[in-house]
Amino acid sequence: MSKHRLRGRGRVDASQPVVFTFDGKPYTGLKGDTVASALLAHGVHLMGRSFKYHRPRGAIAAGSEEPNALIGTRRGPGRFEPNTRATVQEIWDGLETNSQNKFPSLKWDVGAVNDAAYMLFSAGFYYKTFMWPRSFWDKVYEPFIRAAAGLGVSPSEEDPDTYASRYLYCDLLIVGAGPAGIAAAREAAGKGLSVVLVDENSEMGGTLLSEPQSKIDGKSAWTWLEDELAALKEAGVKLMTRTTAIGYYHENMIGMVEKLTDHLPTLPADTPRERMWRVRAKQVVLAQGALEKPLVFHGNDRPGVMLAGSAQTYLHRYGVKVGESPVVVTSHDSAWYAAFDLQAAGAYVQAIVDTRPQVRQDLQAEARTRGIPVKLGHTVTATGGRLRINTVRVNPLNGTHVGNGQWVKCDALLMSGGWTPSLHLFSHTKGSLIWDDDLTTFLPKDTPEDCIITGASRGLWGVEAALNDGSVRVGEALSKLGVEATVSDYTVADDRVGTGVTMRELPTDRSAGKAKAFVDFQNDVTAKDLRLAVREGMRSIEHVKRYTTNGMATDQGKMSNINGLNIAADALGKKQPQVGLTTFRPPYTPTTFGAFAGYHRGDHFEVVRKTQIDGWAEENAAVFEPVGQWRRARYFPKAGETMDQAVARECAATRASVGLFDASTLGKIEVVGPDAAEFVNRMYTNPFMKLAPGKCRYGLLLGDDGYIRDDGVIARISDERFHVTTTTGGAARVLTMMEDYLQTEWPDLNVWLTSTTEQWSTVAVNGPNAAKLLQPFVKDFALTEDNFPHMSCVEVEVAGYPARLWRVSFTGEIGFEINVPAPYGRALWETLWDAGQAYDITAYGTETMHVLRAEKGYIIVGQDTDGTVTPYDAGMGWAVGTKKADFVGMRGLKRPDLVAKNRKQLVGLVTEDQSCLEEGAQIVLDPNQPIPMKMVGHVTSSYHQGTTDHPIALALVEGGHSKMGETVYIPMPDRTIAAKITGTVFVDPENARLKI
Amino acid sequence: MIQIHCPYCGETLPELEFAYAGEAHIVRPESPSEQTDEEWAAFLFLRDNVKGPHFERWRHAHGCGRFFNAVRNTITDRFYITYKAGEPRPDLAKLLEESK
Repeated sequence: MSKHRLRGRGRVDASQPVVFTFDGKPYTGLKGDTVASALLAHGVHLMGRSFKYHRPRGAIAAGSEEPNALIGTRRGPGRFEPNTRATVQEIWDGLETNSQNKFPSLKWDVGAVNDAAYMLFSAGFYYKTFMWPRSFWDKVYEPFIRAAAGLGVSPSEEDPDTYASRYLYCDLLIVGAGPAGIAAAREAAGKGLSVVLVDENSEMGGTLLSEPQSKIDGKSAWTWLEDELAALKEAGVKLMTRTTAIGYYHENMIGMVEKLTDHLPTLPADTPRERMWRVRAKQVVLAQGALEKPLVFHGNDRPGVMLAGSAQTYLHRYGVKVGESPVVVTSHDSAWYAAFDLQAAGAYVQAIVDTRPQVRQDLQAEARTRGIPVKLGHTVTATGGRLRINTVRVNPLNGTHVGNGQWVKCDALLMSGGWTPSLHLFSHTKGSLIWDDDLTTFLPKDTPEDCIITGASRGLWGVEAALNDGSVRVGEALSKLGVEATVSDYTVADDRVGTGVTMRELPTDRSAGKAKAFVDFQNDVTAKDLRLAVREGMRSIEHVKRYTTNGMATDQGKMSNINGLNIAADALGKKQPQVGLTTFRPPYTPTTFGAFAGYHRGDHFEVVRKTQIDGWAEENAAVFEPVGQWRRARYFPKAGETMDQAVARECAATRASVGLFDASTLGKIEVVGPDAAEFVNRMYTNPFMKLAPGKCRYGLLLGDDGYIRDDGVIARISDERFHVTTTTGGAARVLTMMEDYLQTEWPDLNVWLTSTTEQWSTVAVNGPNAAKLLQPFVKDFALTEDNFPHMSCVEVEVAGYPARLWRVSFTGEIGFEINVPAPYGRALWETLWDAGQAYDITAYGTETMHVLRAEKGYIIVGQDTDGTVTPYDAGMGWAVGTKKADFVGMRGLKRPDLVAKNRKQLVGLVTEDQSCLEEGAQIVLDPNQPIPMKMVGHVTSSYHQGTTDHPIALALVEGGHSKMGETVYIPMPDRTIAAKITGTVFVDPENARLKI
Repeated sequence: MIQIHCPYCGETLPELEFAYAGEAHIVRPESPSEQTDEEWAAFLFLRDNVKGPHFERWRHAHGCGRFFNAVRNTITDRFYITYKAGEPRPDLAKLLEESK
């Protein structure tokens, strides 16, 4: 039995010792212990170093609100997690834990020099210190900040655990399984409702776990708890432990994270580490209880200084005495009971120091009976001890006057500044709060959600009050759910009710300027910092918070917010509600990225769309690139080839003989109906009414603002049927836009739109030998110039498959696109591939497609256009049906800005020194002008692997169409490149190569 | 996550199925070519920036695909009503009264 463990006490299992390590040293705890309770049983209070000053710190709390005792936990390779709260992590055999923020050791830490230099690290320190000189940023400030910043060490290996997520729909969700929550559940149980009761702790009971002395309806608290939970389970209530309600979202959606394996010595197979529950509850009861406030005084962060209520939890729940000779300092009745309980457990309480001059007679009498010295109207002004408190300085208070201090020896200091209702989830609902002067705290008022708040979280105190409130308040939810509300009447004996006053910093006889009285322990924010922030002009609590970082640590201000507010309000001379409370935001406690990511990681992070021909590409060593959600073959390198070499080879081979390209990812929309032609005519700039069936036409799609949105070839299959293609990435967007106009502007048009992108496999055959290769496979149809000219389409059998065969070209060569029902795609591809060997057929990817189209001046929407380019800017005025009555964008094209002179226009660029420009490079007219230069455009596409004897580029240049032959300049970091403006067509401007 | 009633499907479904589609009751003029520059600019760009009840469009993007109209409070994110495209603008005062 470890030194400070009480035999037979607590809810730990004395028959099951558990061995774990802390900083390499083995410790034995008991099953049911947390790391903190097990260490405290061995008298170990020092558990970490603080963030900024590297001050030694111990556990101040016993639950998830703990700001100090953050540790790293490890379970073999890959399973390391920093910033685990030692007060929450349950121990198991073999658990490795380590302290943080220390070098070389927890007891001797070099960084603690920051503590001596604390004058430098005051409020707004970062803002003030790292301003000037600017040249210090890269070499001095940033490395310093980076080295100092961050809690703990980030894991460096991939997380091998799995994380799950589930939806849950229920009638009633109760958050918090303390007395109020359990009483609410009891009224709801057995009424045919689906009821869920959740608690973040490893076992349910809340306060009852720390107050075994109370007797509920004649039963001892723990017996009552056991019976009650069994009855709830029997009645079908879903009980969830180790499950934290992290956020309350719109319309009663609550996010909950369930921890499934962190407490287990061996990992069960097929069990996720955590599970994110997305709960939609018809009614919610919030019964999250209250959090104890620390007192603010010099040295209140020394290991051994702890919340009195937490000391009681360690005593009753874990059977651990946190000190043998503690001192209690308080402004609230509740801490007196901690003193009594510890004394009863064999500790020698050195004193109860209460800042109030008057305290309830029964408490004083009991202290006298137990032989505990009482100092009413006293304050605490300092603590002593290096790595653990060993003395505390106590001074009498006379009004505001602080008398001479007296040092009292102790090994723990238990403090209580009263209790703050836990309003986090209530605030997530946009619930309004109301300031209560008597309790000096905010209480819940109204919420727009179907949500009831009960128990200590609305300022009630004591087990009996919480039970009865839970029982009564849930009635409103039950009535709304259409069942009869019932009320139980609870009587609790030995209940500990009490009151208190709220303090700011405790009065002191010392220089306030030198006091290190911590408000936010994790972020090392002192009362002095808060007052300094106000002196320096911060007026709103939101500003004070950001300037000092008070409440911005991982505990989200659970302990510091109200103390910080009280001090800031005092410094401003205003009432607290006028200064305001910072907004509580989800998550309630730190949550792993894994829980949020759930299944969406690795291969499941995003859908990868693959064409039917993808497998062939993979077998033939294609290098892929993502395009939208598609995976497309970028190029097909032969052994030893670089990308540039492969692309150059693919380009040359296609222009020389024939190339095969998988165009299946192109978006496809089937436009069908009596008004199909009218609809397409209204959507696209080009005239479509007279396009005959069996013909294709290039279409430009604008927004009503006149700018290019998308493009593609459109085939008229029959009078009432069009096969529209879109860019690969634009398919969904274009269909949405078409649906928008069809449904809301022209509902009178009789047209159906269907996405057919994945219904077709599309194989593009391009090159001088394309027709020769394809002809033998086309049944009863001649691929001659007369019978099947450029921009024609026909429904025909190709290689035995029903096909929509198009004569189109995105390369400038004779080109065909063969659309076959998707499953035939690969077979068709392989048939053509085999036959193509006679023509040295080459498979090419998207990179070669880009180069070949650029050589012909064919634009790629989104690369050569950027959402501010009109058809005229792009040199595609020929595509605009100016005689049409209307099309989307027609009026927009006449807007004053769109017809203005000197718009950026698409041109070709050829560099004088044959160098290849960088895409995105800026263009100037005069390279010798002073900086900042006037930029007149940028390079949109640039390639050097093509079939021209020089690199080519496309660019948007102001007034470019009237600058043919002029020289522009592209300044680069190392030199300035001169380039001549040309037309956009670099290969075969006469389109002679398109002819069969 | 809010829940939205699709007036075409007749079901109330999670926000994830829907896409916001801008302010409602903006009608594309019958004859755009007869619009002045100012009128056309107003049609393209000028929108109310409402704090409170807002008439807006949504699309049941991952459901029936239909565009519909809604009145939503931009402060609380509450929907007062959803209705089919083409139906008249509901009486706001009456809606607010009913929602109380």
